[in-house]
Amino acid sequence: MTKTYPKASRPSLDNVSVSIEKGEFVFFIGPSGSGKSTIIKMLLHEVTPNKGRVVVNGKDVTSMRSWKRPHFRRSIGCVFQDFRLLPNRTAYENVAFALEVIGKTKAVARRVVPEVLELVGLGGKEHRYPHELSGGEQQRVAVARAFVNRPLILLADEPTGNLDPDTSIEIMRLLDRINRTGTTVVMVTHDSNIVNQMRRRVIEIESGRIVRDQARGVYG
Amino acid sequence: MRMKYVLSEVLVGLWRNVTMTIAMIITMAVSLFMLGGSGLLYQKVGDMKDLYYENVEVSIFLTQEVTEQQRADLDSKLKSDPMVKEVLYVDKQQAYERFQQMYADAPDLVNAVKPDQLPESFRLKLNNPEQYKNIYDQYKESEGVDEIVDQSKLLDKVFGVLTGFQNGALAIAIVMAIAALLLVANTIQVAAYSKRREVAVMKLVGASNWFIQAPFVLEAVVAGLLGSILGLVALAVLKVTAAGSSLAALEGLITPVSWGEIFLIFPLMAGVGAVVSAGTAWVTLRFYLRV
Repeated sequence: MTKTYPKASRPSLDNVSVSIEKGEFVFFIGPSGSGKSTIIKMLLHEVTPNKGRVVVNGKDVTSMRSWKRPHFRRSIGCVFQDFRLLPNRTAYENVAFALEVIGKTKAVARRVVPEVLELVGLGGKEHRYPHELSGGEQQRVAVARAFVNRPLILLADEPTGNLDPDTSIEIMRLLDRINRTGTTVVMVTHDSNIVNQMRRRVIEIESGRIVRDQARGVYG
Repeated sequence: MRMKYVLSEVLVGLWRNVTMTIAMIITMAVSLFMLGGSGLLYQKVGDMKDLYYENVEVSIFLTQEVTEQQRADLDSKLKSDPMVKEVLYVDKQQAYERFQQMYADAPDLVNAVKPDQLPESFRLKLNNPEQYKNIYDQYKESEGVDEIVDQSKLLDKVFGVLTGFQNGALAIAIVMAIAALLLVANTIQVAAYSKRREVAVMKLVGASNWFIQAPFVLEAVVAGLLGSILGLVALAVLKVTAAGSSLAALEGLITPVSWGEIFLIFPLMAGVGAVVSAGTAWVTLRFYLRV
């Protein structure tokens, strides 16, 4: 597929073709502006390609109507560099919020949220506010929020970008654990350390083209 | 549970920006009050037109020197005229009796006037009172006709004033509605900004569009409805105070506004208030939320 943003001199993604299997763990690496984020946005149906197709979970999202987007998003969890937590809500409330706004009852939240907070290693810290948690802990809340709805895919856009190396490793262990439950994990990163340690599939993008696609790869 | 969430968000939203909310409600109330007033006036003018024009007469007064022949010609011409519904001939004696009746309070005046001095006339009822002008043109030059007087001309003046009031109220209603609309747009922008983090998360996790937008739209609708209720109260206050004031003198001329009519105009006010607010909120969200 190809994506050219309006006013851009060259395509952000130029004739890129990638296939990611269910249950895979994939790193997208490459310098800033190489087009990694565009791939994430396409998977979220935030942008559509000018040419080619995007198929997610067996559904062609290229031609998907925008009113169907909310429902589609429920099958994808997202984690970002800046956590994107609600500052006036506790860890528990942040995760429960994600459930409640898609129509789950409070009873469901009471059952599921403590479970997922336990899973990400935040047992006992449910009622802390984001500013009372460390960066790593905040990211764990974000992962819990992304995973609480048991999505088929977890997208992580530089999830360790704001964290120190040790904390980053912990977050990676967590993502690995989630991957083992059968969830596909797609992660964009600059962190060579992590890529080298994880030894998973690495897709390197440069100037909108795939220059490397390697199983059990390193940062290179 | 979702309904509860949406409603609590609406209340929180209205309270968060309470000065703006009050401004919004007041502007809305004034606009809808004017709209309601204009609607009532429109009804009244319609009612009164039916009532008055029904009884309105065109009088053709004849000259003192009118001949038997001229009168007969005129009579037959009028009777065969398709515009004319009824013709009544009033001779000098009948005119005198009417005069006596009309000025029964002033016997001196009645005594001073002899039947002979009063003109004979034809009193016409027209099929369509607005065709007066045609009658006037047709019979003005007929022999023996002195003057043609149309009562509806006087009514037109009265109705002109009332219609003027009505248009004025409508104009104020529209201007205030524009102000209310801008306030709604502004309030929604502020609300959307203060909830931008929540909205971003909701979009991310796949909350449906209506769920994201409903609190904002309902916030505006609630303000619109409160405004229409205030407007209704203002109309009621006006009715109560007008009954005991100088306006009561007009009672004979203008048919009074009943409570029923005031309450019947309320759905219009509430509907316009709610729809205008909801529409504005929705359009504003298109630009500021891009869900």
